[in-house]
Amino acid sequence: MREPEVTFELALQHGLTEEEFERIKEILGRNPNFTELGCFSVMWSEHCSYKNSIALLKTLPRTGKRLLVQAGEENAGLVDIGDGLAIAFKIESHNHPSAVEPYQGAATGVGGILRDIFTMGARPIAALDSLRFGKPDDAKTKFLLNGVIKGIGDYGNCFGVPTVAGEVYFEESYQDNCLVNVMAVGVVRVDRIAKAVAKGKGNPVFIVGSATGRDGIHGATFASEELTEESETKRSNVQVGDPFAEKLLLEATLEVIKKDLIVGIQDMGAAGIICSTSETSARGKSGMRINLDLVPLREKDMNAYEILLSESQERMLVIGKKGRESEIIETFKKWDLNCVIIGEVIEEDKLEFYKDGKLKALIPASSLVVGGGAPVYYREYEKPEYVDRLQRKDFNDLPKIEDFNKAILKLLSSPNISNKSYIYHQYDYTVGTNTVIIPGCDAAVLRIKNTNKAIAVKTDCNGRYVYLNPRRGTQIAVAESARNVACTGATPIAITNCLNFGNPYKKDIYWQFKEAIEGMSEACKIFDTPVTGGNVSFYNESNNYAVYPTPVIGMLGLIDDINFITSSYFKNDDDVILLLGKTYNEIGGSEFLKIFFDKVEGEIPDIDLYYEKRTIDTLLDLIRRGLIVSAHDVSDGGIAVALAECCVMNRKKQIGAVVNLNMDFREDFFLFSESQSRVIISVRKSDLEKVVKILKDSEIYFKEIGKVGGDRLIINDIINLSLKEIHNAYYESFEKIFG
Amino acid sequence: MKFGVVIFPGSNCDYDTYYVLKHMLKVETVFLFHKDTDLQNCDVIILPGGFSFGDYLRTGAIAKFSPIMKEINEFAKNGGYVMGICNGFQILCESELLPGVLTMNTSLRFQCYDVYVKVINNKSPFTSEYQFNEVLTMPIAHGEGNYFIDDDGLKALYDNDQIILKYCDQDGNITFDANPNGSVSNIAGICNKSKNVFGLMPHPERCSEQILGNTDGIRIFQSLLNNL
Repeated sequence: MREPEVTFELALQHGLTEEEFERIKEILGRNPNFTELGCFSVMWSEHCSYKNSIALLKTLPRTGKRLLVQAGEENAGLVDIGDGLAIAFKIESHNHPSAVEPYQGAATGVGGILRDIFTMGARPIAALDSLRFGKPDDAKTKFLLNGVIKGIGDYGNCFGVPTVAGEVYFEESYQDNCLVNVMAVGVVRVDRIAKAVAKGKGNPVFIVGSATGRDGIHGATFASEELTEESETKRSNVQVGDPFAEKLLLEATLEVIKKDLIVGIQDMGAAGIICSTSETSARGKSGMRINLDLVPLREKDMNAYEILLSESQERMLVIGKKGRESEIIETFKKWDLNCVIIGEVIEEDKLEFYKDGKLKALIPASSLVVGGGAPVYYREYEKPEYVDRLQRKDFNDLPKIEDFNKAILKLLSSPNISNKSYIYHQYDYTVGTNTVIIPGCDAAVLRIKNTNKAIAVKTDCNGRYVYLNPRRGTQIAVAESARNVACTGATPIAITNCLNFGNPYKKDIYWQFKEAIEGMSEACKIFDTPVTGGNVSFYNESNNYAVYPTPVIGMLGLIDDINFITSSYFKNDDDVILLLGKTYNEIGGSEFLKIFFDKVEGEIPDIDLYYEKRTIDTLLDLIRRGLIVSAHDVSDGGIAVALAECCVMNRKKQIGAVVNLNMDFREDFFLFSESQSRVIISVRKSDLEKVVKILKDSEIYFKEIGKVGGDRLIINDIINLSLKEIHNAYYESFEKIFG
Repeated sequence: MKFGVVIFPGSNCDYDTYYVLKHMLKVETVFLFHKDTDLQNCDVIILPGGFSFGDYLRTGAIAKFSPIMKEINEFAKNGGYVMGICNGFQILCESELLPGVLTMNTSLRFQCYDVYVKVINNKSPFTSEYQFNEVLTMPIAHGEGNYFIDDDGLKALYDNDQIILKYCDQDGNITFDANPNGSVSNIAGICNKSKNVFGLMPHPERCSEQILGNTDGIRIFQSLLNNL
């Protein structure tokens, strides 16, 4: 095959700008050849280079006493939890592949993030999924949802990582561009952390795992453009996953790390060989000489361009220690995996790729990567006009809801609120025997074997809030995920984030992005939860509308003593129910407005981050003194929905409650207001006095609102429902729509 | 007394099972690799759950060709205790150490949650620590747990008291609704004629610790210990 001549037009077709093309010529001191153009185009794509986000991301709080690596430094964040152990965790998107091929798109999303975790030497102990789809009553939504769930389930189940938590929301804005974000969490001994670095002249470079095929070429570029009708034809850009190969790769990788046979290791995700060779080299301030003829191929006659850019899954780049080659090969062979030396580390900052004895590409490693030669842009922004237009505060003109029993059942059965066991029952959430709090509660809790500790994990983002007020909406996402882990007894210690936005070249989108980052920064500083890394996904738009800006927060919480883990549901007759936090007339952006009036508008709930922090600290104090029987955060659907959840969340022992609320404004707005910083706790009668004193001393606003017991939920004289009615609405609605 | 937990490529409950034996019951336990041919003098061999060889052809169908399976066959024929959990049960059926087959759940979906099972036979060496007809809570996590055997085979199972566990409701009733996967006769676990080979779909190793909220499973391992 004759390679096409590299012209400006060809560069444009590769998604590069004129400015970027000029820059490549400058770096090389000549015109790039076809292979080199391909390398630059994927490495400088949004997906790999973060070129339109990195400047803002650097303003996030990214340091803390527990952080063992800085955001972006390694494949995932790494947080010290004591006992000689650290938690590696990260969240990543696989939106565009899932939109065109939901099963493989989601499956490979899981595979990619798991590799990020175990390349650090950590054994994955949990996965979470944060999903967004379009209209619930739509055949395409049902198709996408079921494909995505099966993809996540099949991959995670086979690999053997429990999928323990997540969230699913439905909004029209995600109709053409669903969001599939997956978070993975692993545990590693601090003395066995592996680095994604290449150094040491003459050290051998291996490719291990699956053979390389033509799948996923330009996947990274595909992820960096808007979805169009033509996207359907890009299905071949979607990779195909093999969880069995990944499982073998996990075991072999952890074995070579444990035996101290390697210098560095990086998984091959986006942009395959070119990305892993350039990033590891740049980190080690070195280069590589690679012979592409040695790469095990799955298809004949692949050229250098294709081999370098292939995104075939379940592959790793391993930089071995010279002299330990045979031990490395033996270990991978034990697991029946390919393990081939394809080159060596060199001192100079250059990557040399040979094929058929010819030098096919010669590029300075540092020129390709973030923090090196990859471009950094500050985009223009402008507040979109819709923001002020939708900010109305007063909804009193809306007709009053009269039948509250019906209203609460309707909310409990809404796809956004109802229980998602239809989904998580298809995930193995108990493998690994660490899952202490299972899916369906505020946050999942996993004990850490051979310690007295546990971690709590949760993803959170209300895209509707962020759309209406990007800054505050993002603060709420951080606050809510922190509150969620705190309800289990965990101190929030760090976050990872997955920033799903539209096209950054549009000023209004960039404004959303900037506001969200600033909001996140403010919240994370106050909660002392530094950002350990994450992923930016732009171009989530199609047919000229963008998704709601959706900065998903993945929160990590630490429980120092497994004897003080708290669950969300009511437990004993006669326990006293307290509501922490004040309920305001804040119905803007709520699920109630959406479900009953089909409105996404209004001022979203206010949040005082310092008060929230105090609530979380006080809650943790109460839990650690053993004074709390249950704690459940109040969020979507307000106090009414939260109380109903407290009654039925434990399927094995559901229990009623009698509640009296002093409603000082419109009853329907009071019951379904989504005011922040609220938590429902239940306490033993005998502990009430102590609890009250601590709450008062900490200046936490609270009210005693009722008692646990009976087989009905009774609120004032306006709600009176049997547990059965609540159970049916909450547990059986989702499957009816999607099953 | 020594337990061996077999690691097939794709096993993923191997560590979980090992952990219960080694750290909860404090018995000597070793891993056996599928390519091994030495059972290291183990008294009990456990085939753990997971997706051996990816379960790409048919669950357990490739694992039965692993070198270690030849040894395990011999071991079982000589009366050695062998237990298969989930994928391990599937491998035992494929290897014909247990009768019947495990096919796709009737829902055609993977299913993970707690189920109730009833101890139909507490005279086996795997269940002697339970009461007859005791109702246990145990987690399942499988896509192919639908046990099938023909009528003659089923009759033989009944005649020889080979049915150990059946899916039931909270009160111990063996009902259609309590059957999570479509198994014939609500069967959740069976043994061979000579009662030294046992397979079950639920995961006892996932309910053997207080911290996990359920210890109903640990008595399976304790039963074995007491029978050795």
